[in-house]
Amino acid sequence: MSTTIDDEVSVETPQKPTKKQRRAANIADAASGGLKMLLAKLLMLGLVDAIAIYGVIILASAEQWLVAAIVAVVAVIVNWIYFSRRKLPAKYLTPGVIFLVVFQVFVLVYTGYIAFTNYGTGHNGSKEQAVSSLMASSLQRVEDSPTYPVTVVDQGGTLGLLVTDPDGEALLGTNDEPLAPVDAEMDGDKAVAVDGWTTLQFGEVVTRTDEITALAVPFSDDPNDGALRTPDGSSAYLYLSNLEYDEAAGTMTNLDTGTVYSDIGTGAFTSDSGEELLPGWQIVVGFDNFVRAVTDERLAGPLVYVTLWTFAFALISVASTFFLGLFLAIVFNDMRMKGRKYYRVLMILPYAVPSFLSALIWAGMMNESFGFINQVLFGGASIPWLTDPVLAKFSVLLVNLWLGFPYMFLVCTGALQSIPEELQEAATVDGAKPWAVFRLIKLPLLLVSVAPLLIASFAFNFNNFNVIYMLTDGGPRDSNAPIPVGFTDILISMVYKVAFTGQTRDYGLASAYSIIIFVIVAVISVIAFRRTKSLEELN
Amino acid sequence: MRVNKKSLLAAGAVAVIATLGLASCAGGDSGSEGEASSSGTLTVWVDAERVDALQAAADAYSEEKGVKVELVGKDNADIKDDFIQQVPTGKGPDITMGAHDWLGELSTNGVVAPIELGDSAADYLPVAIDASTYEGTTYMLPYAVENIAVLRNADLVPEAATSFDDMIAKGQAAGLTQPFVVEQGAEGNPYHLYPFQTAFGAPVFGSNDEGYDPTDLQIGNAGGEQFATWLGSQGKNGTGVFNTDIDGDIAKQAFIDGTAAFWLTGPWNVGAATDAGINVAIDSVPSPTAEVASPFAGVKGFFVSSESKNKVAANDFLVNYIGTEDVQLELFKAGNVLPALSAAAETASSDPIVAGFAAVGAEAVPMPAIPAMGAVWQYWGIAEADIINGADPVTTWQKLAADVQAAISK
Repeated sequence: MSTTIDDEVSVETPQKPTKKQRRAANIADAASGGLKMLLAKLLMLGLVDAIAIYGVIILASAEQWLVAAIVAVVAVIVNWIYFSRRKLPAKYLTPGVIFLVVFQVFVLVYTGYIAFTNYGTGHNGSKEQAVSSLMASSLQRVEDSPTYPVTVVDQGGTLGLLVTDPDGEALLGTNDEPLAPVDAEMDGDKAVAVDGWTTLQFGEVVTRTDEITALAVPFSDDPNDGALRTPDGSSAYLYLSNLEYDEAAGTMTNLDTGTVYSDIGTGAFTSDSGEELLPGWQIVVGFDNFVRAVTDERLAGPLVYVTLWTFAFALISVASTFFLGLFLAIVFNDMRMKGRKYYRVLMILPYAVPSFLSALIWAGMMNESFGFINQVLFGGASIPWLTDPVLAKFSVLLVNLWLGFPYMFLVCTGALQSIPEELQEAATVDGAKPWAVFRLIKLPLLLVSVAPLLIASFAFNFNNFNVIYMLTDGGPRDSNAPIPVGFTDILISMVYKVAFTGQTRDYGLASAYSIIIFVIVAVISVIAFRRTKSLEELN
Repeated sequence: MRVNKKSLLAAGAVAVIATLGLASCAGGDSGSEGEASSSGTLTVWVDAERVDALQAAADAYSEEKGVKVELVGKDNADIKDDFIQQVPTGKGPDITMGAHDWLGELSTNGVVAPIELGDSAADYLPVAIDASTYEGTTYMLPYAVENIAVLRNADLVPEAATSFDDMIAKGQAAGLTQPFVVEQGAEGNPYHLYPFQTAFGAPVFGSNDEGYDPTDLQIGNAGGEQFATWLGSQGKNGTGVFNTDIDGDIAKQAFIDGTAAFWLTGPWNVGAATDAGINVAIDSVPSPTAEVASPFAGVKGFFVSSESKNKVAANDFLVNYIGTEDVQLELFKAGNVLPALSAAAETASSDPIVAGFAAVGAEAVPMPAIPAMGAVWQYWGIAEADIINGADPVTTWQKLAADVQAAISK
């Protein structure tokens, strides 16, 4: 190691260094990068620390203590690792681990967390936000009440509204004091200042928005007369609220009907008759989403055949693309084939176009009345490529084959070329027919390297949202199903429809489904990988 | 400290972390584009195409009131979901541009604050105010009203049609096999078919004094069945006027090529037609019955975030600036959609195309914004597409009504 050489140099050469020693020192310097590298390293670490400190300050001011602590700890660890003389593996691993945590682990953990909550439309924020939103929307302007020009005034930190009533009289009130007549200085028809109070300019009004939003001046001693509020600092309106929040009891009372809505732990104020006030708030609901995903009768029926079709779609897609790719790879690997290079480029073309774009183009070409396929290839026949349940499944598989075979072609070409020619020659000499050579020698050897990719391809197609969404959008719709699911929907596109279409989103349910799908794919992959291990014994 | 050769790698690694740190700060701390600041700056999310139109108003407001207005251009397709997700985290903008049919969803999620239009409410088109109100509370400052109408190729058919049958007859007299096009697609397009449905007296929901009433589903009434029967008679097994293979692009092409003389569509497609040299006239939707065929009106406007720290400035900016004739006209020029403010609408109507859409808009009804509407959309189009393609109209329609009812009361 360079440091050892360096130590020897400094310790064992008190006199003028010999030529050999100088050369050794030079090598050490060159290897270590010298002062410039040190400066660069300090600069980089300084930058990281600066960003970390900035992040911690921002997070702390937002009271995100946990995240702030994590950022601080990570920053300290990073400094410790890179200032240490050892920790060589850690120096290599740290960036990767951080990326892994941010982009993979966090996403997984967060999805898992959401799956156990009721996050979705109507349960979007915290309880405080729900309460303040309900209170704000419960304010009703008193019918036929006039617009009051107002001036916001301040006395020792207490805000008041200086109101000009329709008769031109000036009135003053605060949150605690109902409106009372005062002698005010008038500007035209509007009272603008009063003795003992400071008039707020618009800039000050803006900076004290929170107080002004909370400012409700009672119209009289009787609370049923309502209160004046000003939404913009220059005019006020008389409002009555039809909801009352009792913080101690945690209940909302509708003042018009007398209905009491209480927090019964479902994430929304609920009346005795089960009526919910929305917005509600987010709570952890345990396994509710998972239970609902498999037992809700609206979802469970379609779930069975969608799952079956998903398996069929993934398996057939893998098999068809693999065999077509393999066939073409063998054909183009044959030395007797002329112009192989050009054909190979052509084969890759579908791979070069983004799949969602080509899927859209295919959707256009398969239009029953106007599509290229029916109009040109079938002479104007009206074949319902995308609107007949069976034909639509076939079309999806066909398009996915078109999109997927170039990948298999590439993989198989590479794998075939790595199989030694001698094996084939030896087999031929021994009298084996070409098919036997392929089936007994080439294919098993090929599968050793390709099988893991086939499993990955299965996992990919299991969640191949793009093709389904862009080509048929799951259609044709099954008009008998209670949810908007179609005959070509696979699990992931069904989840998308259940959770994200229409005006109600259900992120909790979607996350629960994602986890279920993840488990299915993981189990299948593990089993398949174990079985392919036996292939490796061939080598 | 001596630096060994691994420092080079270390430095590289540190660079990566620095980038990552920056990325996570940008992602985690400041939200995406705009953090609601404590004071002095209003962040406004605007449809990217309208940023320029609003810039002048924003600058003027900043100058007069000393409150900086920061316009953030957003892709129209992302605004609603981003808004719903960011507001509860305290990020998000103070104000966002949007459409009135988002209202139910925004309100149910508690992310919008009420807006008091005060006396200026009377200055807007009534349909705009109706659409901005949800359960009796106004949440949106409207700036544009949008509805569909029939575009007529005046060179092919010089006179407006008086009824649906008259329209087809006039087109056929002009020598066209498919005189009328309207976009459908495999899953149907109830938005574009709604005028015909209303002509048979079948609205989706009944209404009360607070707006549409989700408990009063009207779609399956007798008028609905009559509409379904008529739709079936104009479908695959009938006259073939409606065809689910005709999507937006095919309909547009047919009109531009002159193979169709009538096209039921919105103002957003007029540009394409006039650019292609078609002499376009705007007609109201020819009714298949004696009643008026009322399309849906879509109203666009601005919402204030319920978590905004600048509600006073936001209200002031919207009501007293965006609600003025000048700004409404600027926005009109950017989108060519009828302004919601009556005075601006009148000025804009000097353009015959706009006046044509405005005349049809006077017969329009606001699209329901209640969340229950989501359940309707899920089944509506597919039922209509089935009927067009030959399914039994009445039973299909009754199943639609039953499915919607089941989904709403779920």
